[in-house]
Amino acid sequence: MAMKIGEGKFKENVNKNIEDTFMRGAVASAQERLRTRRLDAAEELGNWEEWRSHGEEIRQHVLNNLDYYLHELAENLQKRGGHVFFAETADEANRYISEVVKANGGKKILKAKSMVTEEIGLNGVLEEEGCEVIETDLGEYILQLDEHDPPSHLVAPALHKNKEQIRDVFTQKLDYKMTSKPEELALYAREKLRQEFLSADIGITGCNFAIAESGSVGLVTNEGNAGLVSDLPKTQVVVMGMERIVPTFEEFEVLVGLLTRSAVGQKLTSYITTLSGPREEGDADGPEEFHLVIVDNGRSKILGTEFQSVLQCIRCAACINVCPVYRHIGGHSYNSIYPGPIGAVLTPLLGGYDDFKDLPYASTLCAACTDACPVKIPLHELLHKHRQVIVEREGRAPVSEKLAMKAFGLGAASNPMYAAGSKMAAAMMKPFTKNDRISNGPGPLKAWTEIREFPAPNRERFRDWFKQHEKGGGEQ
Amino acid sequence: MIHYRDSFLNNVARQLGRSPNTSVKPERSWQFRPQDKTLTDRNQDELLTVLRDQCRLIHTELIETTSSKLSEVLEATVTLYGGGPISIWQDERFTEFGLDTLVNETWPARYVEVNEWRAERGRENIAQAERANIGITFSDITLAESGTVVLFAGGGKGRSVSLLPRNYIALVPKSTIVPRMTQAAQEISRRVQAGETISSCINFITGPSNSADIEMNLVVGVHGPVKAAYIVIEDR
Repeated sequence: MAMKIGEGKFKENVNKNIEDTFMRGAVASAQERLRTRRLDAAEELGNWEEWRSHGEEIRQHVLNNLDYYLHELAENLQKRGGHVFFAETADEANRYISEVVKANGGKKILKAKSMVTEEIGLNGVLEEEGCEVIETDLGEYILQLDEHDPPSHLVAPALHKNKEQIRDVFTQKLDYKMTSKPEELALYAREKLRQEFLSADIGITGCNFAIAESGSVGLVTNEGNAGLVSDLPKTQVVVMGMERIVPTFEEFEVLVGLLTRSAVGQKLTSYITTLSGPREEGDADGPEEFHLVIVDNGRSKILGTEFQSVLQCIRCAACINVCPVYRHIGGHSYNSIYPGPIGAVLTPLLGGYDDFKDLPYASTLCAACTDACPVKIPLHELLHKHRQVIVEREGRAPVSEKLAMKAFGLGAASNPMYAAGSKMAAAMMKPFTKNDRISNGPGPLKAWTEIREFPAPNRERFRDWFKQHEKGGGEQ
Repeated sequence: MIHYRDSFLNNVARQLGRSPNTSVKPERSWQFRPQDKTLTDRNQDELLTVLRDQCRLIHTELIETTSSKLSEVLEATVTLYGGGPISIWQDERFTEFGLDTLVNETWPARYVEVNEWRAERGRENIAQAERANIGITFSDITLAESGTVVLFAGGGKGRSVSLLPRNYIALVPKSTIVPRMTQAAQEISRRVQAGETISSCINFITGPSNSADIEMNLVVGVHGPVKAAYIVIEDR
């Protein structure tokens, strides 16, 4: 699986997923809980706006000095005996990791949740090489068992499934015989995965933030699976998106605190681990060999452009948890492992407009995402910018919008036409209007109103109203 | 080994519209520093109160004792958690805090199996920790705000002791308590800047392992320990 998770068109996905009432219920309640927890955590901390501003200035500083910090990171990790591979493409990253696996005679690979390895399609490559790849994050483990169902959320990947569905998957694939109680399901997964941990050859993790000053990588989990993945196998591979780095432990601390509060409303998650190269002489656990793979895969093309701020992202999913569009269409509709507002901005940049030009339109531009972002990415402005680029530079606005705009252009260009048109509008739209909203419009309005309502034309035109009130003179 | 760094960083710099900089440390001048005023005005007793309140939220039992009573309290806690096998660090602090008799005599006499992490035994340590009912370590730094114990692994201080056993007990000298992660990060950064080699694995552990991946229900004990307790010790 790479970044793109299906062949369906955006609108087809939406039409299908919007009928999935369980999914929509699950998403709505998860959004509600996560959003409330984040708000509580922010309020408890106090000075939240100051923390956000600090997070923003750290991320901006890092992006503007990315070459320096990546150089320093590699230098320091090498001093600790680690290997560093800079990969410009997904292919380069996958090839290097395959070679490491082969050189170590690796057959069984354990993974802790990592979005960038999903993005480069690493699992598929390793499986083709004949390796067994096991995801250890509970949510990802469930999805993997269920015939590689794609993730639908950055933090809670199996959020679209209910416990009965999960029990059925366990029953079919793991010979599970107990109930759908989450505790029983989780304990069963614990027993199953514990055996895998002890017999794995290679551990692969992502990286929440690398720390340049010490050549370290930081991993943030609640389950403790990243700790085990990096503790027990003989060889460890860490894969990081090139922008996920901070200068020192001091900035690491700030961003981890923003991440855990924004993602799950916790002051810190249960396990935060920093690893600085392989085990030291005289250690009896930890990897003997340590590889860090730094992935570009399209990120550098965003640097220095009007979209640079999207690289500030720390993958907390706070924007997803407040998005009214995500709430209704769910994560899979976006056709990308990066859903929601952040996905709608990032996916077209990494994957191109050919496949993903619809995503910037999957937004009401209500700005809830921007307000929620702990590092102040102006998400709704970037979505708007995408639309500008699509229309102005790419010349490929959605057909319905083109038609509507063309018609409006014709009508608005001449005075009599505009006068006649705006006078007629209210009457003509009457059959489609309910409570002053058009929700099932005709012609070019149809596509628009299928996914959102359009305000009905006012029965009284502004110009008539103005004339009326002007005549009245001085009326207060 | 470092592979393909130069071409990669040249490209990054080109995108940023300048030549690559790998030698001049960028100046960090932050406009905002909220961490400097978060919980920094609390004394040690007030921080203990913060820690106590936080432990309620993270499903972690907090037990307070003095160094003279520690042996007794630890023994009782271990019994409450179902006894051995026990995995512990090879750590001078067990001796300093008067736990030698408990570890070397009392428990063995009661057939409670205790395994100290001995690096020279290699992977056998991991097998013992995996079998253990309880893992016990000291906390190197303790974060009041989040209820976190910070462990610097290495040598006799195996990473697995806090991860593999079914239950975990952290011994927390009161003097190790600091306001929040800020102070731990500053200390680690100070060591790095002073040219010290920091532990190749630093764990910040906040209560037992948990997951909310099934319908957002919090389940405690997924991969790591199912239960956790902190024993706070009034230092001698």
